Amino acid sequence: MSATTARSWFSSATEPNTPAGRRDTRDRPQKWGNPFTYFVALLFIGVCIAPVLYIVVGGFRTNSQITTSPAGLPHPWVVDNYINVLKSNTFWGEFANSVIVALASTIGIVVLGLMVSFVIARYDFKLKGAMYSLFAAGLMFPMVIAITPLYIVIKDLKLVDSLFGVIVPQIAFGLPTTVIILVPFLRAIPNEIEEAAAIDGASRLGFFVRMVVPLSLPGVVTVGILAFIGSWNNYVLPLYILNSQANFTLPLGVQAFSSQYSTDTAKVLAFTSLAMLPALVFFSVFEKRIVGGLTGAVKG
Amino acid sequence: MSDTLGTDTATGHRSQGTSRVGGAATSGSPTRPRPASRRRGRAKMRLEIALLSGPAIIMFLAFVIFPVALAAYYGFYRWHGYGAPTDWVGLNNYKLILTDPAFQQVLKHSFLIMGLSLVIQGPLAIVLALLLNQKIRGRSVIRVLIFVPYIISEVIVGTGWSLMLQSDGAVNDLLRHIGLGSLQADWLSNPKLAIWTLMGIISWKYIGFAVILMLAGLQSIPEELFEAAQIDGASYWQIQRRITLPLLGPTIRIWAFLSIIGSLQLFDLVYIIWGQYVSGTAGTSTMAIYMLAQGRNAGNYGYGSAIAVVMFLISLIVALIYQRFVLRRDLRGAVTEGVV
Repeated sequence: MSATTARSWFSSATEPNTPAGRRDTRDRPQKWGNPFTYFVALLFIGVCIAPVLYIVVGGFRTNSQITTSPAGLPHPWVVDNYINVLKSNTFWGEFANSVIVALASTIGIVVLGLMVSFVIARYDFKLKGAMYSLFAAGLMFPMVIAITPLYIVIKDLKLVDSLFGVIVPQIAFGLPTTVIILVPFLRAIPNEIEEAAAIDGASRLGFFVRMVVPLSLPGVVTVGILAFIGSWNNYVLPLYILNSQANFTLPLGVQAFSSQYSTDTAKVLAFTSLAMLPALVFFSVFEKRIVGGLTGAVKG
Repeated sequence: MSDTLGTDTATGHRSQGTSRVGGAATSGSPTRPRPASRRRGRAKMRLEIALLSGPAIIMFLAFVIFPVALAAYYGFYRWHGYGAPTDWVGLNNYKLILTDPAFQQVLKHSFLIMGLSLVIQGPLAIVLALLLNQKIRGRSVIRVLIFVPYIISEVIVGTGWSLMLQSDGAVNDLLRHIGLGSLQADWLSNPKLAIWTLMGIISWKYIGFAVILMLAGLQSIPEELFEAAQIDGASYWQIQRRITLPLLGPTIRIWAFLSIIGSLQLFDLVYIIWGQYVSGTAGTSTMAIYMLAQGRNAGNYGYGSAIAVVMFLISLIVALIYQRFVLRRDLRGAVTEGVV
């Protein structure tokens, strides 16, 4: 870093480009920062959010408003579309199906994933490496590759057009990510804790239930959120397995609705908005966990 | 930091969790003596292992490995989906794939999507992450908002965008209103344009994920390195080029890996926006779409299965090459050696 002290045109509040002592860097960063940064940040947010806002706001318009001015704001704002969707049994039925499928899948993925990760992380046995590789390889199998045979398996189990037929494969396909995330978490639990538990008379299973589950909670929550959102958004599997509208999950519902009411754009937009709301709320509540999980860091 | 095992002095990472994304230098699992397990009865331990790992392994084998193997098996048959496959054709389906112009077309699309995803999203995400990593107000709000497109399901993204991009839709209307009427186009149905429309939607949906990942990578770079460089008189750009980018390397390489695999297996967005029949004529068809078109729609389940196998092999080969030449230093000791 000794070569040049060339000044850059780009001056930043946090990275002073002149040789600066520690005192300077301490004092400056807590300020508001560079306006250029805010401008780019706002622009970026605008690009990310505008289409979503279009969908939400679009639901407040009438179809004639959309036809005459597709990009305009509602004038006047109409709530009928939203009310109609909220009053429809179809929407709530599909909502309930999505909740059931997502909850059951999440519980299955977390419970089974935690158990097998514990074995891989804390037991010594010959097949340990093979077991880990098996799940790691599973990351390479997207559902879409196996969808046709999977359908046949589900059909043979007589689970076609039932929510179980979606839940069971979702658990299986969710396991690789879970194992990959949880194994490092579980291995990070200090051995001393396990030894102390053993001295206190706890069996390995007792240690698992009393110590491992609470200590790995951050990892478990991350995995659970990923599983829940993955299930909530899953499209391919329900598309194949579920045929009757009564069993549809929301993604299928959105598609069925938008082809059924293809001329009623405003209604489709209202339905779509309400369908994405739960995932957004869920995400904003757990945002820190998701981002924390992405760093894969164990802090504790 | 006194309690950490195997802390890398250069980066100050903890040895365990950061290894997947952040730590080129971290060493995975340090050797861990397990005196307790020696004394335990082998039989009891085996029972515990079986009880704890059995359900997951059975599920995984039955609903992931078995269907994939089944796809490989069907690939050797001419089979229309009724009854058990009987018409063994050996490698004929695979020979057919090699000369199938439609497959070459979708293969081209898939690789184009892969390349463009890397070229468009990568640099953009790095620049945005560098900007957003500064100490500005409302960082957490910003993080939530840019992640929104990634959280929304493909169905909703597809439905929303296809409404907006229709020839009489909001995008064209907006262009007319701001005086760019000449840019109005048939975004979805013009075969020359559609692939770029798709790239636009893909970039919009997945860039937030890239930025968040890069931001996470940036946070793991210790502050002292920047301070030291500043004291030595390094400029902003020098710091980014010589310190930030190299240390962000592992994150960038992991992101690129995820992006490559995701691109090669792209299905939902194309299927939802262009449907099962027009994606071919619109020039947006991918390998996965073609696989379903052959299998489910045309009834050539044997051929469709062979395409699935080829798709998997291509992903696997690309992944292996990538791991061998690009990810090697990141993964050493992290995933592979950490367990065995």
